[in-house]
Amino acid sequence: MKKKTTSVLRLLAAVASLAILGAVTSTLHAEDAVPAPTPIAFADAPLKAQTAYLQAALTNGDPTATNIAPVAIAGHTAWMMISAALVLLMTLPGLALFYGGLVRSKNVLSILAMCLGITGLVTIIWWAVGYSLVFGTNFASPYIGGTEFFFLKGIDSAPNTSYAYWIPQNVFCIFQLTFAIITPALIFGATAERLKFTALMAFVGLWMFLVYFPLAHMVWGATGLMNGVWNADAKIPAIDFAGGTVVHMSSGWSALILCLLLGKRVGHGKEPMPPHSLVLTMIGTGLLWVGWYGFNAGSALAADSIAANAFLTTTIATAIAAFVWPLLEFMLKGKPSVLGMCSGAVAGLVVITPAAGFVDSTGAAIIGVVAGVVPYFAVTVLKGIFKYDDALDTFGIHGVGGTVGALITGVLVNPAVNGNLVSDAYAAKNGLKAAIESHSLLVAQAKAAGITIALAVIGTLIITIIVKLVIGLRPSVEAEHQGLDITDHGEEGYNH
Amino acid sequence: MKKIEAIIKPFKLEEVKDALSDLGIEGMTVTEVKGFGRQKGHTEIYRGSEYTVDFLPKIKIEIVVADSALEGAVAAIVKTAKTGKIGDGKVFVLPVENAVRIRTDETGDKAV
Repeated sequence: MKKKTTSVLRLLAAVASLAILGAVTSTLHAEDAVPAPTPIAFADAPLKAQTAYLQAALTNGDPTATNIAPVAIAGHTAWMMISAALVLLMTLPGLALFYGGLVRSKNVLSILAMCLGITGLVTIIWWAVGYSLVFGTNFASPYIGGTEFFFLKGIDSAPNTSYAYWIPQNVFCIFQLTFAIITPALIFGATAERLKFTALMAFVGLWMFLVYFPLAHMVWGATGLMNGVWNADAKIPAIDFAGGTVVHMSSGWSALILCLLLGKRVGHGKEPMPPHSLVLTMIGTGLLWVGWYGFNAGSALAADSIAANAFLTTTIATAIAAFVWPLLEFMLKGKPSVLGMCSGAVAGLVVITPAAGFVDSTGAAIIGVVAGVVPYFAVTVLKGIFKYDDALDTFGIHGVGGTVGALITGVLVNPAVNGNLVSDAYAAKNGLKAAIESHSLLVAQAKAAGITIALAVIGTLIITIIVKLVIGLRPSVEAEHQGLDITDHGEEGYNH
Repeated sequence: MKKIEAIIKPFKLEEVKDALSDLGIEGMTVTEVKGFGRQKGHTEIYRGSEYTVDFLPKIKIEIVVADSALEGAVAAIVKTAKTGKIGDGKVFVLPVENAVRIRTDETGDKAV
């Protein structure tokens, strides 16, 4: 027991030293601030400026030319607070029930504990350093954010105009936190029923630093490498509306590597391991779907026309995929299953995620069909060929679906639904506009996908080896037979 | 005294119980059980994983009757539980040495 405690402390120390390293590096990259003109108060501005400012506020426009400082606007702020709550609902209890129903009853609590435990751990890291490492800019680095927001210093209800003009930065911070919570939680579908809780938490602590924070900064940070829409200096002008790369590819590919290193469940392929409650899984699916409106439509960061389009595309793609998957089952196996309908819905949500604010309804319909077909074959055929134990199909749905989504977004992108795709301020400077107009965005999307896979695979390899050496990954065979609920948590899901 | 153990299809329980009640049989013990005989199980598919489920849900009825009531009770069970399809179940009859009603200390036929 004492040895274990020391090991955990050693891990924590490693995490802390990473943070300190970041702080030190930041001083080396101190950036020269460009002096901005002194903003004037709304009441003192000329009428024309006031009108322009109000129009920008109502339509989520850029008010810089009016020289009046943007403030939190009721409608946008209300929608973003609801969206943040909706995305948290995806984890608690959406994903908890979706995954919880798919495991055997002796492991249901291990899934709930995973979702709750990650919510706590990631929130602590996010508050301390995470938000800053993703959305800070004082490293002026394409790969990682900065130190200026450590411990949420200076984060209040004023907007951070690098990301959104009309919503408070504290709401933006919480909205992004809910993404940082669900992403690692997705991974542990692949490793369900056989990964120790201590190992899981240690993995998450390291994974946030090595994989999530750099990737989220590269894709969404104001100085990010692959932030085609909002970084004029982006080297790779790729687009990812709500997290196809950051959330689904990163978790899906990490899940594949972790489940390969972890090995199969005891008795896998020999004894039946059917889901213990598809009713819970269906409830979880419904909550994920509803919560995903916050995820996708909320990623417009305003209650504007782009959010409205994302709401539409999310619905169309998801509903079609939820229909196509069981249709394939019906044609190939004879019976359309409830799990097939649920899987299709989640696959549709995954594949539309990077595209939601960038494609029109026709694009969404195409995505729905692709999402019903490709992940279906990934979980029914691909998994059988390579014989890895991706217990709840995190790789098959999120890894494969996320990759397909990232690539297909480059093909189906339509600037008519989102003017930011061809903006003079950013897209014209970094090559995004040119790529869209020459129909060659797929190249940048493929590069972004490649970087995401490399980061997820290498990061997960390193972290898994560290956690295996320091804590160990698996419970004893006897404990695994008994179930993780009793051995890891000392309680049972169902007492009857 | 004889004990009747009948394994029947679950949906036939109400009919069998009513038929036995009509004969004046005043008590029974019912258990949900799983098993298989000549009836095949079924296949369940969860995404890519297929499982053959051999054990099918059945109901086991246990009653103890006086020798005089045995024939009628067995006939009533067989008649009401029959669908004519495979998987209808079986009826077993076993000898019982004695019985005691705990509340009254009555023994033998009076106790059942």
